[in-house]
Amino acid sequence: MLELKGQKEILVRFQSLLALLLMVVIFSICAEGFFTKDNFWLVLRQVSVNTCLSVGMTLVILTGGIDLSVGSILALSGAIMAGLLKNGLEFPAFNLFIGFTLLGAVIAGLIVGASLGFFNGLMITRFRIPPFVATLAMLTIARGLTELWTGGAAITGLGKTFGYLGTGWFLGIPVQVWTCAAIVAIVVVVLRKTRFGRYVYAVGGNERAAKLSGLNVNRIKLLVYTMAGALSAVGGLIVTSKLNSATPTAGDGYELDSIAAVVIGGTSLSGGKGSVFGTILGALIIGVLNSGLIILQVPPFWQKVIKGFVILLAVAIDKLNTKEQ
Amino acid sequence: MAQSKTNNIVLQAKSISKAFGGIKALDGVNLEVYKGRVNAIVGENGAGKSTLMKVLTGIHQQYDGQIILDEHKVTFANPKEAQKNGIAIIHQELNLIPYLSVAENVFLGREFVNRLGLIDYKKMYVETKRLLERLDLHINPRTQVSNLRIGQQQIVEIAHALSLDARIVIMDEPTSAISEHEIKVLFDLIRSLKAQGVAIVYITHKLDELFQIADSVSVLRDGKLVGSISVEDVTHDDIVRMMVGRDIKDFFVKADVTKSKEVFSVKDMCLAHPRRHGDYVVDHVSFTVKAGEVLGLFGLMGAGRTELLETIFGLHPKRSSGRIILNGREIKVNFPIDAINLGIGFITEDRKLEGLVLQMSVAASISLASLEQTERFGFLSSTLETRLAQNYVKRLRIKTSSLQQVVENLSGGNQQKVIIAKWLATNPRILLLDEPTRGIDVNAKNEIYRLISELTQAGLAIVMVSSELPEIMAIADRIIVLSEGKQTAEFTRSQATEELIMKAAIPKSFVLQHSSKV
Repeated sequence: MLELKGQKEILVRFQSLLALLLMVVIFSICAEGFFTKDNFWLVLRQVSVNTCLSVGMTLVILTGGIDLSVGSILALSGAIMAGLLKNGLEFPAFNLFIGFTLLGAVIAGLIVGASLGFFNGLMITRFRIPPFVATLAMLTIARGLTELWTGGAAITGLGKTFGYLGTGWFLGIPVQVWTCAAIVAIVVVVLRKTRFGRYVYAVGGNERAAKLSGLNVNRIKLLVYTMAGALSAVGGLIVTSKLNSATPTAGDGYELDSIAAVVIGGTSLSGGKGSVFGTILGALIIGVLNSGLIILQVPPFWQKVIKGFVILLAVAIDKLNTKEQ
Repeated sequence: MAQSKTNNIVLQAKSISKAFGGIKALDGVNLEVYKGRVNAIVGENGAGKSTLMKVLTGIHQQYDGQIILDEHKVTFANPKEAQKNGIAIIHQELNLIPYLSVAENVFLGREFVNRLGLIDYKKMYVETKRLLERLDLHINPRTQVSNLRIGQQQIVEIAHALSLDARIVIMDEPTSAISEHEIKVLFDLIRSLKAQGVAIVYITHKLDELFQIADSVSVLRDGKLVGSISVEDVTHDDIVRMMVGRDIKDFFVKADVTKSKEVFSVKDMCLAHPRRHGDYVVDHVSFTVKAGEVLGLFGLMGAGRTELLETIFGLHPKRSSGRIILNGREIKVNFPIDAINLGIGFITEDRKLEGLVLQMSVAASISLASLEQTERFGFLSSTLETRLAQNYVKRLRIKTSSLQQVVENLSGGNQQKVIIAKWLATNPRILLLDEPTRGIDVNAKNEIYRLISELTQAGLAIVMVSSELPEIMAIADRIIVLSEGKQTAEFTRSQATEELIMKAAIPKSFVLQHSSKV
């Protein structure tokens, strides 16, 4: 009896992995050109941005929150990096000009991303604004700021070195995949091996119990939203360098793909339950699905319909399994 | 005479028994409810009053025994069926939807519709007005419920009950949240309902009210009916005696403390009422606890026991005042973490809502409040965590398949032990226990008592809230009684009797002073 239960638990635990493998097998058989080395790297490069955002989203959702502003923060931080790198900062009033090195521009972009995330957290903890509303507002604010900063036009011609971050290869692996892997590794260690990580689960699982156990719930939430903002900025870095330009519409709608990845990965939207591992599988499932459908030449409108049903299917299976337990 | 009396019985419960996971909440209870009379029910917390009401109103469908309505046996598949049969209940927490109008609430789910299938508001307002006038409440049926006072909302609930043609109206502690004037209005209303032939079942803690409004009183204790008598035939003290009077022999009795020094004291602790200005939930409470001592806090529902512990633990820093002295030094507690760092632990009443993160493993639950102990070079060490958890699992004899078992799957008693372990891991000097044995079986209870005794022998000071008299009398060295936020008595274990404690705990409502005039 116990063994049976154990087997079932393992099955439930690895159901996303099984789903992913199943999809890979099916596409490999049906779609010519899917199971190739080139396509392998293509899929990984395509999911790396979503993975960055989704890892941050996982942290937020684990605390029982949501972050709708990741796509807009991505755009603004990318634009800040591009703008600073290309034009620097000019203060005509003080007759002052600050030029930025590549590193300086990237760091500035990351700081902007983290600050906007921090602002989200502040609204949610200090002013008790529900995460959905606070980050919905930030979605518009950051998008508007992006348009202001770019003047509504793309910032292009950012140089080869910057482009290397998005298109280059290092030791036979795309640079952006390295970046993404590093982020995943760091967040996994933080979640599993630090007090903060444990507290993230506790806050999402039972905020009241967490508070009564002496946890500073507000500080934990603040940190989580800040991290989500910083990770969106990393996404912004990858997107901008890949295109070698920052567009005001970059990252539009990315929040939905990242929520989808988290949900498909089995993280509970009510918080306290889930993993980064699951989210990566979720992001890969979406990536493989996109790639396979494109190769099969499924019309783009149908792709969206299918993707929607995959999300429903994933969550429905998850719910059925948890109900039985 | 006898003939007419039986004819007046509208509802009869015959040997009703109901158990929850091996614990008997009701044990062969008989109850007769008479038409046109106020049938009061009294009993301590956990005596079985609310379970009995849930059986009568179809909330619990599984039970032993019979319900007889108008001389016919009935079974209710759900609360709606009980309603259809004329039984309505008005809960202590009112069940109105605050942002709908009075009329919309009264006819919720049974709205009048016109030929087009749209709601016929005109008719609804007229009908509601008619009902409210019958209850002497003159308000516009269009008023949004959230704008009414609690007492008025209660009357709206009664109107709802009457609109269902309720012949039996159950009221659960109706006076607990309303003002003096509103109580008068309510009592007048109850008298007029009586005159209209409605049977009232009236649950209360305030014995003084019984002599004002009730015709008969049934006393429940530990799930059994102690007796039903006419109010004219009893005194206040008789009822108290019926409510208590249990055998204390079976109880584990804590060893007496040898004289030791005071470690913890609270002076003039107050907690302001969150909404009612100038009113206190905890009203100037002071006490001291010695090392190795258990101080018992007794009080009925709403006495402010939990709130007192919460205030000490730093959960209401903005509404509280008073001084806390630990080892001779005054301390400031603004957050739970301050209390924890000073060596105070708080085991809350509700395990699932406040004590545990249910999805967490046993190990993670035990280490949650002292996670820094399991850190090595800034990272959590599973070796250290396992060692910590293993130690407490052994010491407290927590029954779990493994340290990785999710706490949700443990029994109530073992969940409680996990919570105690969590606090012991913080190395506390003072433990605040709120109803530490609520909802757990007898064996687990005894284990908890033994544990409390062991902890005090090791020098811990314990403040324990309990609403079970035998428990508090066996475990506590001294007992403080709270009533309506105020400290009304203090006893040593040898002084305390159940009757004395209960007398001090029963709220002295205004009714007593007015009763002679009515």
